Amino acid sequence: MTVAMTKRAREWFPALVVLVAGIAIWEGVVKGLDIQRFLLPAPSTIWTSFSDNQGQLWHEGWFTFQEALGGFAIGCTAGAVFAVIVARWTLLGTAFLPYAIAANAIPIIAFAPITNAWFDPLTKTSKMVIAAVLCFFPVFVNVVRGLRSVKPSQIELMRSYDAGEFTVFRLVRVPTALPYLFTALRVASVLAMIGAIVGEYYGGSLDALGANIQQDAALFQFEKAWAEIVIACLFGIGFYLAVVLCERVVMRWQPPVEMVGA
Amino acid sequence: MTSVKIDGVSKQFQGGTVALQDIDLEIEQGEFISFIGPSGCGKSTLLRIVGDLIEPTAGSVTVNGKSARQARRDHDYGIVFQDAVLYDWRTVSKNIALPLELAGWDRERRAKRVAEMLELVELHGFGEHYPWQLSGGMQQRVSIARALSFDPALLLMDEPFGALDEMTRERLNAELLRIWDASGSTVVFVTHSIAEAVFLSTRVVVMSARPGRVSRVIPIELPQPRTAATREDPRFFELATEVREALHMGGSIEEKVVA
Repeated sequence: MTVAMTKRAREWFPALVVLVAGIAIWEGVVKGLDIQRFLLPAPSTIWTSFSDNQGQLWHEGWFTFQEALGGFAIGCTAGAVFAVIVARWTLLGTAFLPYAIAANAIPIIAFAPITNAWFDPLTKTSKMVIAAVLCFFPVFVNVVRGLRSVKPSQIELMRSYDAGEFTVFRLVRVPTALPYLFTALRVASVLAMIGAIVGEYYGGSLDALGANIQQDAALFQFEKAWAEIVIACLFGIGFYLAVVLCERVVMRWQPPVEMVGA
Repeated sequence: MTSVKIDGVSKQFQGGTVALQDIDLEIEQGEFISFIGPSGCGKSTLLRIVGDLIEPTAGSVTVNGKSARQARRDHDYGIVFQDAVLYDWRTVSKNIALPLELAGWDRERRAKRVAEMLELVELHGFGEHYPWQLSGGMQQRVSIARALSFDPALLLMDEPFGALDEMTRERLNAELLRIWDASGSTVVFVTHSIAEAVFLSTRVVVMSARPGRVSRVIPIELPQPRTAATREDPRFFELATEVREALHMGGSIEEKVVA
């Protein structure tokens, strides 16, 4: 084992202990206090249900993930494009930005039943729409902020080279905004999963994770509902990590950050 | 040959503050000129007017026989600010190559030039580093290399070593003189430090505040090249004293003349 690997293992070790201990305590408390399974099933029973239904669970997770990913792509692209427009034409910014910031602070997820009414609830489209709306605002607000946070001296230097506005945009504003964009994309990846799953609670295809969680809970199949929540977590974490990985690849110039505590 | 001609330049900012009033100054090719004065005397503003980054309210500036605007368009000057103004996402080499990229140099020619510049500012081997990996003094050297990369006839420097510690500053002063000697460019240098101004310059322009004016121009007749021994030369102290007195008298000289 190399020095770096030993160091990394040592950094991760405390977190790993907490995970194992947490599961063990959970198992012990549920078994020891004889907690009813509709309140909280033991990790071992959730695991049994998980392995029994694996094929179906991954299929449901994948279905919901596609909705989240579609909504994420649409919402984030639209957010970034509008941000560029607003940052370029200041008047539009003063007109729209206050509402965007306000929208960022309201629970847009409350609109989930409405999008089900606007679009066929059995299609992926209705969930993509709510996920897209959720993703739009943080990306929009953050990218506007990023494009505007360029240091005046950096612009002044470009002026000394007689660089045009588009060159300044490409070489200075966009790279300055990238860290802001990625912060928003991380948030958006989480919001997209929430949007898709909560949207499905209000009615969706039986291929979908949210519809199944809702139904299994209603039918007292709590172990299966919990197994579906575990799948949702796995896809959610995977999505988030994929965004973090993209961030690392795109912004290689940044100083390395410690994994733990980052 | 005249490098910079400042002709009756005044600058009044919005809100009425008169930053500069009626500045006349001629700078010859190859000179090293320092602007020194109290905060608010408009020395940085004057430097930016020469670089066509700020427009004067009255008067005009000629650089290499053309208008300041045309000179900026023709990339006739390089500029260095107090903060190194490096682009974090570019390596040292790419920061130095930026003006060359904008001027449309091809990759091979850029790489060759960057290698020369790294050699000049003694940063050989740091080309692939990112700015955050360098100390403040090294960052400022990158900034100087970038300003000189396209071989401008004029170098404008706005308190370039103001944020550095005394030792680094003295070392970079010596390095700057070596570079100036090798390049033959004209340097216009803004500073707060009397010792720095006297050590570096062929002439020191002492300015006074409210409104910003030139109160005295002091020729620095110290032998070239300047070395560590220069700082211990009795003549160095006399000139520093002369600059200090000119600074402290500021506007009051004129009042005496009027009276």
